[in-house]
Amino acid sequence: MEKWILKYFTLIRVMIALIIGVIVTILMIYLISEYPGESLKYFFTGPLASKGRLFNILEMAAPMIFCGVAIAISFQADQFNLGAEGSFIIAAAVGTAFAVSTNMPALLHIPLVLIVAGVTGAVWSLIPGILKAKWNASELVSSLMMNYVAFYFSLYLINSHFRDLDAGFLVSLRLPETAVFGQFITGTRMHFGIILAVVAALWAYYFLYHTTSGYEFRQTGYNKSFARFGGINIIKVIILSQVLLGFIAGVGGMSEVMGIHGRFLWQGQPGYGWDGIIVAIIGRSHPILIIFSSLLLAYLRVGGQVLNLMGDVPAELVNVIQSLIILLITAEAFLGQWKYRITRRQAEREEAAK
Amino acid sequence: MSNNILDIKEIFKVYPDGVIANRNVSMDVQENSIHALVGENGAGKSTLMKVLFGITPYQGGSIEYKGSEVKFSNPREAIAAGIGMVHQHLMLAPDLTVAENLILGMEPLRGKLFLDADEAVRICREASEKYGLAVPAEKKIRDLPIGVRQRVEILKALARNAEVLILDEPTAVLTPQETDVLFKTLDGLKAAGKTIIFITHKLSEVTRVADRITVMRDAQAIITRDMDDLDEVKIASLMVGRKINTERIPAPVKIGSVKLSVRDLKYTNSDGVEALKGIDLDVRSGEILGLAGVEGNGQTELVEIIAGLMAPDSGSVTIDGTSVLSLTPRQIREAGLAHIPEDRMENGVAEVASVEENLIVDRYYKPEYNTRGRLYWKLITEKSKELIKKFNILTKSSKTNVGSLSGGNIQKVVVARELTSNPGVIIAAQPTRGVDIGSEELIHNLLKQARDEGKAVFLISADLDEVLKLSNRVVVFYDGEITAHFKDASKVEDVDLGPYMLGIKKEDAASGKMDS
Ligand SMILES: Nc1ncnc2c1ncn2[C@@H]1O[C@H](COP(=O)(O)OP(=O)(O)O)[C@@H](O)[C@H]1O
Ligand SMILES: [Mg+2]
Repeated sequence: MEKWILKYFTLIRVMIALIIGVIVTILMIYLISEYPGESLKYFFTGPLASKGRLFNILEMAAPMIFCGVAIAISFQADQFNLGAEGSFIIAAAVGTAFAVSTNMPALLHIPLVLIVAGVTGAVWSLIPGILKAKWNASELVSSLMMNYVAFYFSLYLINSHFRDLDAGFLVSLRLPETAVFGQFITGTRMHFGIILAVVAALWAYYFLYHTTSGYEFRQTGYNKSFARFGGINIIKVIILSQVLLGFIAGVGGMSEVMGIHGRFLWQGQPGYGWDGIIVAIIGRSHPILIIFSSLLLAYLRVGGQVLNLMGDVPAELVNVIQSLIILLITAEAFLGQWKYRITRRQAEREEAAK
Repeated sequence: MSNNILDIKEIFKVYPDGVIANRNVSMDVQENSIHALVGENGAGKSTLMKVLFGITPYQGGSIEYKGSEVKFSNPREAIAAGIGMVHQHLMLAPDLTVAENLILGMEPLRGKLFLDADEAVRICREASEKYGLAVPAEKKIRDLPIGVRQRVEILKALARNAEVLILDEPTAVLTPQETDVLFKTLDGLKAAGKTIIFITHKLSEVTRVADRITVMRDAQAIITRDMDDLDEVKIASLMVGRKINTERIPAPVKIGSVKLSVRDLKYTNSDGVEALKGIDLDVRSGEILGLAGVEGNGQTELVEIIAGLMAPDSGSVTIDGTSVLSLTPRQIREAGLAHIPEDRMENGVAEVASVEENLIVDRYYKPEYNTRGRLYWKLITEKSKELIKKFNILTKSSKTNVGSLSGGNIQKVVVARELTSNPGVIIAAQPTRGVDIGSEELIHNLLKQARDEGKAVFLISADLDEVLKLSNRVVVFYDGEITAHFKDASKVEDVDLGPYMLGIKKEDAASGKMDS
């Protein structure tokens, strides 16, 4: 049993963090709400109460998965690039511009628009990569700064050149029918982008754990000196990891436009890049686990919305829980003493068995 | 016994990663004696002293000092009680002067705010005179040889009124001559009434200076007793549980052509220090060239340049006739270089990666291991299992993290990888540092075997016994230069190397070239 705990310690730690998060949620609802029983029900079972809400969760999880997976790939190569947000939005803007200015059959249009968006995201994200590889400029700072540049450039592009003057508010022209995702369950907003997100996660898993490049990424992430010593080209890893990050986040951004809104309509930063970091951390940078952490976060968000709508607790409650969980997961010392005690007992036992 | 100044009882210590470093260790130290604490690398000696000195917490046992029980929760308390410790890795500030280092933490002040530099120098001189330890008070630590730095550390402890002085492997970084000076100092301190605990794993030193001895093995204290008639052979068998082999290996029978050749290699580091001042040397197929020298005299730079991890200012390096200076580390490996690095945790392995992932870092990209980028994990696991067996690596499985293996087994992972890449040239830098005796012998045998298969082996080691045991030729490094070249290592003793290691003696135009 204790051996088992040690083996899966990080996973167990995440679980315990989640459980504590849930307990705190319950306590807070009891403190805030006039009728806590009802509120609890809204929060926890609300998201599952109707087909519509269930699909809401899936639809909300898709961009989180895209960004989470993108970030996980760079995390695994020990790059702390915060640029998913920037790549996400600039790819959506440029992809939208491309989609509304071209005309071709859907079979060609959809993939081409996605590729244009992905490449835009990749090129954008390449800049901090090159700065890092050439001058060792922190990718954390440069990618963060570039998020603002990406955001305002996107607004400029859409508002000044591709704005729908008839819409009555600031949005882009509508994408042509040939460039929007169909729904795979009619009557819902279950669009093809959700499937694409899961495919991206599966591909990332395959890439990281089964290919030579993925091996290079992980070894560089584990120990750069070792990777270099062994002959791995770590400059290539740094640059390629940012390119992949930008590409996947970019496809994620475009897929939101093509699947949900049919046009570019953000006038504020959508924040999916940040959600991506959250789900990547909760999912321990593992692409498959990120699918689940994204679903979890989306579930909490929808729960928060239901609670906000029907109950008397503000949706911000979710932010508190989310922060608490992240804090517990990233605090290395959390449960450290417990692990130490088990390790010690285990060592003594093996000792006695000798 | 009433004259025990220290009585350590049943200390039990587990590190957070599960390693039991001390298993109910007891040891008593008599006042005004020189007490040797011996044991192989990893036996738990440093840990025991860290427990005593309040650096690391422990889980069981007690310590009696001057008749009353103590438990220091930090070094400051230990120092206040009159215990001083000189660590294995010296802990002086390189940019401060000797006097400034000496008074760190007890600075004399002028006007309550400013350091009184003159007073600092005066304190330093006074202490230096009182204990007969000559140190240059106003020189920066950076500019001093290791032996003198160590003397500063000792003086630092004495200036804080230490009565018990702990020295952790003080001789590991010293030449035989510097060691002599240190031992005279220790005798002097004993005459002045001090108690000294000194850690070593060199037995000749124990028989020379110690009054009493504690032998540790495998986290336990095997024995504590007076030296009396105890000789090196007896201590050695207590230490390792069996006899160690320092006998030199037979000279090679068939030496071939030059495989690795270095010419006029120069390198100045970022501090402006000339780390390599024009190095020439050759290593031929079928031989082991040993490089002896105190660490930090340019060995690291030389090796990293050959391996392509660093670029020199000028000069040339060829492997099998091809110049490798402009090649990447991978290209150099493909040209036939294998490299056991001096710092295995830094360069040799990724601790959090599995044994098998560590074993393939130099070969995963070859067609054998993948098609179009898809890795054959099954094959990799199989091959890893073979290596684990062949090199006797003790691990639960090939998927275990390398970081959870013992030092000796981690080194075996590195050696297993490097020796199986079919190299023509093998660089082995400190190949047995910190490994157990069994692994050491295995690694020595493997290097000999590689030599006999016609590979060119370049051995860099701070351990003179190791250099002399394996090499047929020896060059000595001092301050970025080769100061001596012994073409027949069988005629050389360690004391012959000392003066060259210190730069006191230097052969004219010494180099490791074969045509000279
Ligand atoms: N800080 C540490 N954390 C975990 N293990 C350690 C630590 N320091 C030493 N060890 C382990 O404890 C054992 C004893 O180490 P040490 O006391 O340094 O031995 P010695 O000084 O006799 O060479 C070794 O197995 C070593 O790897
Ligand atoms: Mg030690």
